[in-house]
Amino acid sequence: MSIALQFAGVSRHYGAVKALDRVDLEVYEGEFFAMLGPSGSGKTTCLRLVAGFEQPTAGHIEIFGETAEGVPPFRRNVNTVFQDYALFPHLNVLDNVAYGLMIRGIGKAERYRSAEQALELVALPGLGKRRAGELSGGQRQRVALARALVNKPRVLLLDEPLGALDLKLREQMQEELKNLHQQLGITFIFVTHDQNEALSMSNRIALFNEGRIMQVGTPQQIYRQPNSRFVADFVGSSNVLPPDFVKRLCGESRWASLRPESIYLSRTDGHQADVVGASYLGGSTRLALEFGSLRVSLMLASGDPVPAVGERVFIRWKPEDLHLMEAGE
Amino acid sequence: MNSPQLAILPERRGLLGRLADSLWRHPRLLLLLMLAPPVLWLGVIYLGSLVALLVQSFFSIDEFSGLINYEFTLKTYRELLIPANLDIIVRTVSMAAAVTLAAVIVAFPIAFYAARYARGKWKAAFYIGIMLPLWSSYLVKIYAWKLVLAREGILNWLFAKLHLTWLLDAYLSLPLIGGNSLSVSYTGTFLVFLYVWLPFMILPLQASLERVPGNLLEASADLGGSPGQTFRHVILPLALPGVIAGSIFTFSLTLGDYIIPQIIGSSRLFIGQAVYSHQGTAGNIPLAAAFAVVPIVIMGFYLWMAKRAGAFDAL
Repeated sequence: MSIALQFAGVSRHYGAVKALDRVDLEVYEGEFFAMLGPSGSGKTTCLRLVAGFEQPTAGHIEIFGETAEGVPPFRRNVNTVFQDYALFPHLNVLDNVAYGLMIRGIGKAERYRSAEQALELVALPGLGKRRAGELSGGQRQRVALARALVNKPRVLLLDEPLGALDLKLREQMQEELKNLHQQLGITFIFVTHDQNEALSMSNRIALFNEGRIMQVGTPQQIYRQPNSRFVADFVGSSNVLPPDFVKRLCGESRWASLRPESIYLSRTDGHQADVVGASYLGGSTRLALEFGSLRVSLMLASGDPVPAVGERVFIRWKPEDLHLMEAGE
Repeated sequence: MNSPQLAILPERRGLLGRLADSLWRHPRLLLLLMLAPPVLWLGVIYLGSLVALLVQSFFSIDEFSGLINYEFTLKTYRELLIPANLDIIVRTVSMAAAVTLAAVIVAFPIAFYAARYARGKWKAAFYIGIMLPLWSSYLVKIYAWKLVLAREGILNWLFAKLHLTWLLDAYLSLPLIGGNSLSVSYTGTFLVFLYVWLPFMILPLQASLERVPGNLLEASADLGGSPGQTFRHVILPLALPGVIAGSIFTFSLTLGDYIIPQIIGSSRLFIGQAVYSHQGTAGNIPLAAAFAVVPIVIMGFYLWMAKRAGAFDAL
């Protein structure tokens, strides 16, 4: 696999604020790559550095082997789907989609044909004459996608593209984006703060915090083998166990993460814990337990008997599910 | 504790209270009451006098007696078309167009900076810088300019110091725009018009540029648009309502002004001066009225064209 994007020691500082601090990163061609993190973690800055809206304070960026520093956005063959779509209000949908082609001097007939094709690709044919303001949020999202894709970029950047949509529409668009990615085979770089979105859509995830990358890996790696407390906490809801506690469980004095769905109840043996709460979630029930000095949670499949609050239970897990982490931070 | 129970729907007491309540129940009556005074003022005083003006322009003057002949005729309008009068109209409209065009060009970068980059105290400095000239007397500013542009003025002195007097002289020797000195040339009139009306172009332009979201400029760049293309295809179309609003000010103010060309410029007349002189000593009210109708017609035509060009679509 060839490398589409490479960051080497890239920083972006605004005065004393380190929006991005000495980041190393590689994204491979054809990947669906998610940049995940809380707001202000540097993921959007990272995307803007790729698009060319920002220039790095230090470090080196390569896009398909070419140096990207100092190259303005209009000379980069990457296209962005903006968070709030940024559709041109004075143009109709077709002219919005055809904008990039118009800029490149492609004739009217040909660019409208391409734009119409791009609109078909995002399942929005025949709306070309409407103004952007007359469309619903989901439709605008698709127009923004078509406007980026019509230029046949080698890298598509998506800046929280689904953030403004309601849940049903978001799930539908997640599916469609995945299909589009398969169909087109180009590199998608996707910024999101929604861990479920990142887990369900991407090939690999980079988890950002405070301008640094905490961990890069496949969704499975990130979820099952978080390397730090931050990752374990941010992705999914995990039980993070402190070193002294872990030492009593397995002898090693390290931070550990134990996913709620890895814990199960036992009638007869295991560790003793007290039920302090239960939340019914539809597909499952989350139990809150007092386990020694810790508060841990546990997922019960739907249909399993739910113990009453105050009841004493036994909990168990497979030894390999207790994941020891490298760093405490 | 036994606190007094509050009524759920307490009744308002007193005449004023009941009046307020009944106005609340009849919002149309309230609207009518609020609109009546200004509508009466506009309708009777302003539009009324405008109609009187229009009517006057259809009368004519008896050349021998100098008395007004109160019969409907288009004779006065025909008089507008004689070369001397037509010259005045062409001169004024050309000046207004030149001033407007120059105002757009000068105002755009200033407004763009203020709208996109200035923050905090720089924004305040911008507003003060733009508004400050509007607080001082119009006449003071014009006479100040006369001193700046006069042959003995600071501009001549500056050119002399820079050993560029020959350049100024070469410019002044040009036909039409030149003259004896800048203060008696069309260039002088143009510069002063431009200076005096510039705030009226900057402020609407800045307001319209401020409403252009920054991410549209990024989107254009992202799609391959160079700064020039982004300006042409995104910024200018979205700022057009502001340009039109500003140009309505600069254009109509230049069309109607009679003081600036009187103090600075050649002695040739502008429409405003023609109106002034015809209704003053000459006593030719019909011709003055006909001249006054010209800017109204031109502005109406200008707005109609702007509307057809889609300048108000984004409003």
